[in-house]
Amino acid sequence: MRTSSDVVIECDRLGKRYRIGERQRYSTLRETIADRSYRLFMRRQTAAEPPSIWALQDVSFEVRRGNVLGIIGRNGAGKSTLLKILSRITKPTEGRALIRGRVGSLLEVGTGFHAELTGRENIFLNGAILGMRRAEIVRRFDEIVEFAEIGEFLDTPVKRYSSGMYMRLAFAVAAHLDPEILVIDEVLAVGDAVFQKKCLGKMGDVSQSGRTVLFISHNMLAIQSLCSDAVWLDQGRLRELGNSRDVVHHYLREVHTPQVDRVWSDDEAPGDQNLRLQRVSVRAEDGTNAISVRTPLALEFQYAIARRHLRLNLNFFLNNEEGVVIFNSDTRLIDLAPGVYRSVCRIPGDLLNAGTHSVSVAFVRDEAHMMVESADVVVFDVEDSTHARGSWYDRWPGVIRPMLEWDTGSAEGEILPLTATGSRE
Amino acid sequence: MTTTQFSLGAEEASEVIELLPKPSAALRLAEIWHYRELLYFLIWRDIRVKYKQTALGILWALLQPVALMAIFSLFLGRYAQVPSGGTPYPIMVLAGLLPWQLFSQALSESSNSVVASERLITKVYFPRVIIPAAAVGSAIPDFCIGFFVLIGLLPYYGIPITVRLLIAPLFVALALLVAFAVGLWLSALNVQYRDVRHAIGFLIQAWMFVTPVVYPLSVVPHKWRHLYALNPMVGVIEGFRRSVVEQQPFPGRIILVSVFATVVVLAGGLFYFRRMEQTFADII
Repeated sequence: MRTSSDVVIECDRLGKRYRIGERQRYSTLRETIADRSYRLFMRRQTAAEPPSIWALQDVSFEVRRGNVLGIIGRNGAGKSTLLKILSRITKPTEGRALIRGRVGSLLEVGTGFHAELTGRENIFLNGAILGMRRAEIVRRFDEIVEFAEIGEFLDTPVKRYSSGMYMRLAFAVAAHLDPEILVIDEVLAVGDAVFQKKCLGKMGDVSQSGRTVLFISHNMLAIQSLCSDAVWLDQGRLRELGNSRDVVHHYLREVHTPQVDRVWSDDEAPGDQNLRLQRVSVRAEDGTNAISVRTPLALEFQYAIARRHLRLNLNFFLNNEEGVVIFNSDTRLIDLAPGVYRSVCRIPGDLLNAGTHSVSVAFVRDEAHMMVESADVVVFDVEDSTHARGSWYDRWPGVIRPMLEWDTGSAEGEILPLTATGSRE
Repeated sequence: MTTTQFSLGAEEASEVIELLPKPSAALRLAEIWHYRELLYFLIWRDIRVKYKQTALGILWALLQPVALMAIFSLFLGRYAQVPSGGTPYPIMVLAGLLPWQLFSQALSESSNSVVASERLITKVYFPRVIIPAAAVGSAIPDFCIGFFVLIGLLPYYGIPITVRLLIAPLFVALALLVAFAVGLWLSALNVQYRDVRHAIGFLIQAWMFVTPVVYPLSVVPHKWRHLYALNPMVGVIEGFRRSVVEQQPFPGRIILVSVFATVVVLAGGLFYFRRMEQTFADII
């Protein structure tokens, strides 16, 4: 029997509308005063409503106590907006939500970290920002330090940390939050494999302890293994709600329909006022149509720089269908005046494994500021090639499938006695 | 100990939040109280960072009021013959400059604090009032350093150190409160209208000249003094000065008028800010 107290989150037709055009988001006081007085004297009609977009619309669902709910969907589907509403960072434009219990949210790893402060100081600061009480932080301090594996660097300013250490510390603080409802946005995408595994384990523990978790990820393996249920958001609307395996399965089937050439119109293009992505395409360099494991590929990015000179790093991530990043590559620093540019990256043949691959792109300005980020801009299938590798027909194991140099020759006369290499002092 | 934990747990377990589109007009003071530790940590962070980054931090805090005191003493005190109401001009002006600089630093920091905390605001929930409040608090150490200089100079000018000194902290607190009250308005306006930032410098500069910082209250005609005290910094500076360097009675009514003005601005600021903060994440 389900009682109403079992339901800890109730969303009822939630909607959120944002105004379009980042530059118009805030105005100047001078303009507003000038505009209002103009209207006052000229008896002009009120200006038309600025164009807006529904980031989230008509989303209703319930989460019961102790459930771990995965939230999936493409970028811009409204996942983060949903979590921001449930974390009380922003208000819904329509609908209502009811939350029973203390919410701790982790929408970004290391929010409020200060580079000048030491690891120890940041644990206290970050803990307080995330809503922990001082006494709580003191009590869990040793656990946090141990989990982060920063040991001797505890009293070093975090600006001297490696990015891995920084992420570990940031996650460690957050992982020791103790709310009844935990809201997490894609934090497992950071850190090395060992640490990711540890984080997943920690999240498993959290859900075992009976707390309710809402969790966004592009890592479908994580969603399937951690979450009992999943919500699929598509263009702001709830597309499917149910058992996580089914929802992920349906989602993957749709998302990974190949799209090898993507062209955006001006108002849809990912970007900001300084830079717009215009086109991304992937094509076989040997002129063939189908892409196989042997095919060398050319990945082309066309983008326009609008107003001023930019120092950029164009980065892309190649992901496989499980959401694992196969590799990340970037242009190094390029100095570009306003204009339209095309950057081409060549991926050699005999490198990728068969399967569906997707490309996410990111532009970084001055080696520090993320300007534009867009996931899954192109999606392509790599076919298995019958004459590529002998007679093995099953899917090759591994994330990549490189053709490597091998040499085999007679070793007679060179073999050392096994005892010589096998013995240790 | 156990009972405290139990009652805390019970309080948190019963927490039910309803999220609605309409901004709430309530002050929700209990919620602010709940986050008081964050206020403490943010003040602590600002102070920590400020004195870590500049090796000259303390020196700078010393230099500023002393340099200004010297300049004003020479040009206004000596050459322009600005009266100083019985006390030596350098002391009169330093006793005005210290609370003024506390106020102006606190106000400019808090006015820009919300815009500067964009990342926090878009990623974590907490009552945003904590941000301008913390910015105000971080101006305190500089003031303390200057205050020691002032105390050190008193014997040199033959001014006795009396128990009245104990009243000075009240006026320091009032200066911080005024900065917080005005900072609430300006920081919230600054989110919505980005040209507010440019007005802040001008505002502070102009405000200094309608406050008895470089001249004594006595230059203002009697009949205008109560109107003048609607500028809450009049009560702050005058009260501070009398508790530290002047042995005259406190101008009670002037201080009351200033306190009243502060309360009005503060109450309005709190309501305005608490209402506006609900949309900060969308427009910042």
